[in-house]
Amino acid sequence: MRIGVFVCHCGSNIAGTVDVAEVAERARHYPDVVYADDPMYTCAEPGQAAIEQAIHDYKLDGVVVASCTPRMHEPTFRRTVERAGLNPYMFEMANIREHVSWIGKDKEANTNKAAELVLMAVEKLRRNRPLSPKSFEVTKKVLIIGGGVAGIQAALDCADGGVPVILVEREATIGGKMAKLDKTFPTVDCSACILGPKMVDVAQHPLITLYAYSEVEDISGYVGNFEVKIRKKTPYVDWSKCTGCGTCTEKCPSKKTPDAFNEFMGDTTAITIAFPQAIPKKAVINAPYCRKLTSGKCGICAKVCPTGAVDYELKDEVITETVGSIVAATGYDLVDWSVYEEYGGGRYPDVITALQYERLLNASGPTGGHVVRPSDGREPRDVVFIQCVGSRDRSIGRPYCSAFCCMYTAKQAVLTKDHIPDSQSHIFYMDIRAAGKLYDEFTRRAMEEYGTNYIRGRVSAIYPDGEGRYVVMGADTLMGEPIEIKADLVVLAVGIQASAGAEKLAEKLRISYDAYGFFMESHVKLKPVETNTAGVFLAGVCQGPKDIPASVAQGSAAAAKVLDLFARPQLHSDPAIAHVDMRRCVDCGKCIRCCPFGAIEEVNMRGVNKAQVIETVCQGCGLCVATCPQGAIQLSHSTDNQILAEVNALCRF
Amino acid sequence: MMNAISLGRMRDPAFTREVEERSGQDISTCYQCGNCTAGCPAGFVYDRQVNQIMRGVQLGLKEQVLKSNAVWFCLGCSMCSLRCPNNIDVARVMETLRHMARHEGDVTVPRVEKFWLSFLDTVRAFGRTWEIGTMALYMFRSLRLTTDLDLAPAALKRHKLPFIPKCAPDEGAAAAGRILARYKERARAKGVRP
Repeated sequence: MRIGVFVCHCGSNIAGTVDVAEVAERARHYPDVVYADDPMYTCAEPGQAAIEQAIHDYKLDGVVVASCTPRMHEPTFRRTVERAGLNPYMFEMANIREHVSWIGKDKEANTNKAAELVLMAVEKLRRNRPLSPKSFEVTKKVLIIGGGVAGIQAALDCADGGVPVILVEREATIGGKMAKLDKTFPTVDCSACILGPKMVDVAQHPLITLYAYSEVEDISGYVGNFEVKIRKKTPYVDWSKCTGCGTCTEKCPSKKTPDAFNEFMGDTTAITIAFPQAIPKKAVINAPYCRKLTSGKCGICAKVCPTGAVDYELKDEVITETVGSIVAATGYDLVDWSVYEEYGGGRYPDVITALQYERLLNASGPTGGHVVRPSDGREPRDVVFIQCVGSRDRSIGRPYCSAFCCMYTAKQAVLTKDHIPDSQSHIFYMDIRAAGKLYDEFTRRAMEEYGTNYIRGRVSAIYPDGEGRYVVMGADTLMGEPIEIKADLVVLAVGIQASAGAEKLAEKLRISYDAYGFFMESHVKLKPVETNTAGVFLAGVCQGPKDIPASVAQGSAAAAKVLDLFARPQLHSDPAIAHVDMRRCVDCGKCIRCCPFGAIEEVNMRGVNKAQVIETVCQGCGLCVATCPQGAIQLSHSTDNQILAEVNALCRF
Repeated sequence: MMNAISLGRMRDPAFTREVEERSGQDISTCYQCGNCTAGCPAGFVYDRQVNQIMRGVQLGLKEQVLKSNAVWFCLGCSMCSLRCPNNIDVARVMETLRHMARHEGDVTVPRVEKFWLSFLDTVRAFGRTWEIGTMALYMFRSLRLTTDLDLAPAALKRHKLPFIPKCAPDEGAAAAGRILARYKERARAKGVRP
């Protein structure tokens, strides 16, 4: 074999703490190595050209690049050697940046370690075999989980691009959190007016199948061919007959049902349609509050329904769909703010969350858009806003910034002035984070044109003053003095966390999530919508706090990734997968049970049962290799012999 | 015009490190939200607010911090520690600063120190506090002979001011005395004010 070794300087990233020329010099004496060099930037165009040239000049049939993590540039260099006529799997990478130069300062030790890593790569490469990928068909259909603005955007972009979409939404209507908002920053345009048309488009698009009031129960398979089980929760109403006329909601006698859509700011009926622009506009029965379902006596909605849609016997239904790609857009929930005793811990009716305040401001909300105090229905004069309630707080395990509270608080102060011209808003803040197009201008407007009183400091206590108002005690850290304000209404900018059940869904999708339940992207900067599971993409707040413009952008980005995936006539599977040596397999079945991808099946070979790997499903994780008691399974590109050769290279002494 | 703080001249990084070491708190995690100041029940008499003290420690402004009356007026109620979003035990930092100020000879509010000494005298003698003794010693030390006397009748009625001190049981008083003596000895060996 004729091997070429390239030890990258990576500017000063590697050369700063590793003697790369020395590593290259030592590599020249390794077995089968006929050429070694230390280019400045191997991944740059001249660096890649040098590899191709060396392959031609020295008739190389294998290449080792000692540089950075293979996660970034292994595909790059595989393409390079392929261009020069080699099989892309006759290439090995030694990570001497993340594993050596960035983590150690001792140049001599670093140089020794780098040289040993290169030797390991050379020993492995000597045992590499050319591999070629298998191609397989793709189901050109996408599943989008979550019908908030990010999911809606992804669904519309995919469908407009000609890809059939299955949109699954947990609630009875799509629209997500944005549907609850009154106005949106920084333009103060009506949320329903800009989101509503998109929701209608979803309902009307011939390529979009909407499963509202449904949840993803199980996901199996792999990129190109996922099999998804979706549970359609029973609304006790036959939606094919329901016209959304609303007669049932008018007649329902159970009028004390908590109204989740209105953030529990009012009551609704047990059979309900969330809001006038709901998509689908279909009635749903809230079972624990329905008299017919709990006590068997009532049945009024069934009697008044003009189409006979109400059916108390309707059961959940589980359907199975096959899709080629999945977009997760599951959004967020509010942090539980009742842990904050200083704000009353939820005891005071006039201390509300910003999302509840949105419902008070909204014309289709419980007060018809009149801003009044929940306790006595009076118009507030002094409204205190408190930011960072459950954000940037390590003491409750939420150290991150929720990203959009500064902006919506400014918006709510502006709207308060619009609704009640003689009102005064006071905002307690730590820092004003208004880094976005027209954002800082907006917060300045809230101060300059709307007279909002921004107070740099925190609130230590809220208590009733005995005359129907609340005393807000706090500090103005710019003045360096404790201060107090009499308030009629207190609005908390409650921070956000991943939506309930996000971790469970992540496990079904086989993607990772961070300590707070937000899904992990493949690369923080360069792969913000991809995940480490091929074919699964992210959109919106499920990946991390972001506002509407960013969620919409990410929804479109995820759609672009789906369209990119489906633009290929066939997908290629990575050939670095498991293979069963039929002669040694004893059909114990352990590999079948341990495979997390369901990639091993039992086949009958001339009357004897044997395990067999389904090549397009296997991910090459190696679990079966470790499990097989016979050593009958080997992982191509990481065979036992290759791993032992690496170990021998390292433990010669 | 106020004089600018010359960071080059007045900054003392060793001071920041010492406060961190002695209090066991990571001062750099303070992001100046102001929760401590908002909750402080004694803030209205401070010349510098708690968050400003924390800022001073971050900057290493030893003199400004240790000469502040806040260090002495702090009640040690720990509301600041409870409210800190970064889990800093702010009250512990204040306590540390108080000790450091004393060792440096910077007692900006001597009355508070006198009260403490009076309190500790009764603990030394009886192993636990004796309110009326503390009061009398404090009046004597501070020459504020009538301070808080108006509270006495009500406190007496509620049996909050017993005339006879209660001793700690099981030789506890002697043990408390030994602890305080040991502390004093150690301080003397270090050459700081006990």
